[in-house]
Amino acid sequence: MTSLWLLPLPIIVPFATAVLAFLFRRGAEGRWISVMGSAATLVLGVLLLMEVLANGPQAAQMGEWPAPFGITLVADTLSAVMVVITGITGLAVAIYAVADITEDMEEMGYHSLFQVLIAGVSGAFLTGDLFNLYVWFEVMLISSFGLLILGGKRVQFDAGIKYVTLNLISTILFLSGIGLLYGTTGTLNLADLSRIAPTVDPGLMTVISMMFMVGFGVKAAVFPLFFWLPASYHTPSFAVSAVFAGLLTKVGVYAMMRLFTLVFTQDIAFTHTILLWVACLTMVTGVLGAAAQTDFRRILSFHIVSQIGYMILGLALMTPLAVVGAVFYLVHHIIVKANLFLVAGVANRIAGGTELARIGSLYKGAPFLAFLFLVPAFSLAGFPPLSGFWAKYVLVKASMDIELWIVAFVALAVGLMTIYSMTKIWGQAFWKPHPGGIVPTLTSLEPGERMALLLPIVSLALMTVLIGLYPEPFVLVAERAAEELLDPAAYIAAVLGEEEILQ
Amino acid sequence: MEVFVAIMVGALVTASVYLMLARNVLRFLFGLVLLSNAANLVIFAAGGLTPEAPPLIAPGANAPPEGVANALPQALVLTAIVIGFGLFAFALTLVYRGYQNLGTLDTDEMRLAEPVEAEKT
Repeated sequence: MTSLWLLPLPIIVPFATAVLAFLFRRGAEGRWISVMGSAATLVLGVLLLMEVLANGPQAAQMGEWPAPFGITLVADTLSAVMVVITGITGLAVAIYAVADITEDMEEMGYHSLFQVLIAGVSGAFLTGDLFNLYVWFEVMLISSFGLLILGGKRVQFDAGIKYVTLNLISTILFLSGIGLLYGTTGTLNLADLSRIAPTVDPGLMTVISMMFMVGFGVKAAVFPLFFWLPASYHTPSFAVSAVFAGLLTKVGVYAMMRLFTLVFTQDIAFTHTILLWVACLTMVTGVLGAAAQTDFRRILSFHIVSQIGYMILGLALMTPLAVVGAVFYLVHHIIVKANLFLVAGVANRIAGGTELARIGSLYKGAPFLAFLFLVPAFSLAGFPPLSGFWAKYVLVKASMDIELWIVAFVALAVGLMTIYSMTKIWGQAFWKPHPGGIVPTLTSLEPGERMALLLPIVSLALMTVLIGLYPEPFVLVAERAAEELLDPAAYIAAVLGEEEILQ
Repeated sequence: MEVFVAIMVGALVTASVYLMLARNVLRFLFGLVLLSNAANLVIFAAGGLTPEAPPLIAPGANAPPEGVANALPQALVLTAIVIGFGLFAFALTLVYRGYQNLGTLDTDEMRLAEPVEAEKT
């Protein structure tokens, strides 16, 4: 019964780290506690993934109340992969934060909030209960509120108000959906819901599914519900926006993938057609928004929106290959996007801003940073041999397989437009001479800081290259995750036990 | 009984949408509170209202008698109220601090994070 302790630990460890980091927030210890805790979470995530890959989906009943009465934690391949990737992002950002976060922010409890956020994200990935998912969303939400306005700049309050209000509405929709679903099916356990859902009036289920689609749609920042994202992601400190960009919207995507493969599968022709349109419009509006922006981080924020479209596209197509693509894209995107925000942070540090008109000469002064920017930037746009190429290739192939030529064309065209806005950053921030006449160099950073800032960027960039050059093991894992999503029998059996299935 | 609660939910949502359409952030927040209470009532009503049958277990028995009220939606509502209260307290403080810093409650004037000039160029 290793799963009984392996499943809750990726949630408990960040919480414990948060408490410790809070106690030591007035010194240097706090940040190292945060780094150690993140490393431990990553190790636990990897152990969990190995266990799941070896023995199939794992479930643990909290408090030993049997499912569907108690709260179940469950990890199938997708959940385990997401926990690992959360660990990777968490560790990278925790190291980066050592140099990026000021002592004032540390005293306000930055590291604790950050760890609670990681705990909330891991919890959302691991829970097998809908109401519990709501609670994890709230944990995530409240810590992200704190992180977003930490620092107290005027612009952060402006962004914070928009972020908080729109996210609260989404939460309320999600909650109402839960209430209606419980009233209709009498259960909140996801596996149990999957069993009972086909017996309920499909029209009613479709109505309820729409509430979840809108609720998660706001979280995932899909068209036309994404406006909070580009309004807020460029305002907090760089470590915070990196972890937001990497993880937060992806939790929404994950929740959507989970519910729309496990529970709401009665009327795929209707629900997934909506998702298909939403996906295409999200891709296009996101990338057009990025093309219109002139700030490093705002361009990247709009790219998040556009990339979310690809993941939703994979879910909307609902063919085995498309879901493989969506899972692969999810993993690739988190690594690449977090990395780009970290690069933006270094650029801000040495060149003195993120507004593209006010910086420049980064290629001349810091060619290494320029290279480190190019790897994730090309990967995001989908250049071979980087990870983004395979992710896009699989999705485009999947849409061509079912003869959705327009969708395939949109996906490719959006890739092209992504390059356009990336060239804008490249031309303005890296090639153009600095308007102030200075040449920013990496040597202007203290050696210790330089190490802490560049180590996570280099590691994440290496990971992108590694996935690009040896995609096979990653695709195999994604295939397995997709298989489990499309045929949830193993998931249900892990939660409810074999006997229940036979009835 | 459920019909009355449903009508009440409808009224609450109507009022909250009206409030949330206002440009004033404070009005928006009040709308949000109404909406979150409407959601709580939805859970409550969707779980089925069973008057005058508290889920009490008699001494010595292992289970409550048939036909008692379902206690789970109430537990859910309780959790949701607590969480909603916390979030609302945060949102109020945020808006207050925002008012102190930005000097306005009008959403149209909150353009610091998304400056108008940047959009024209």
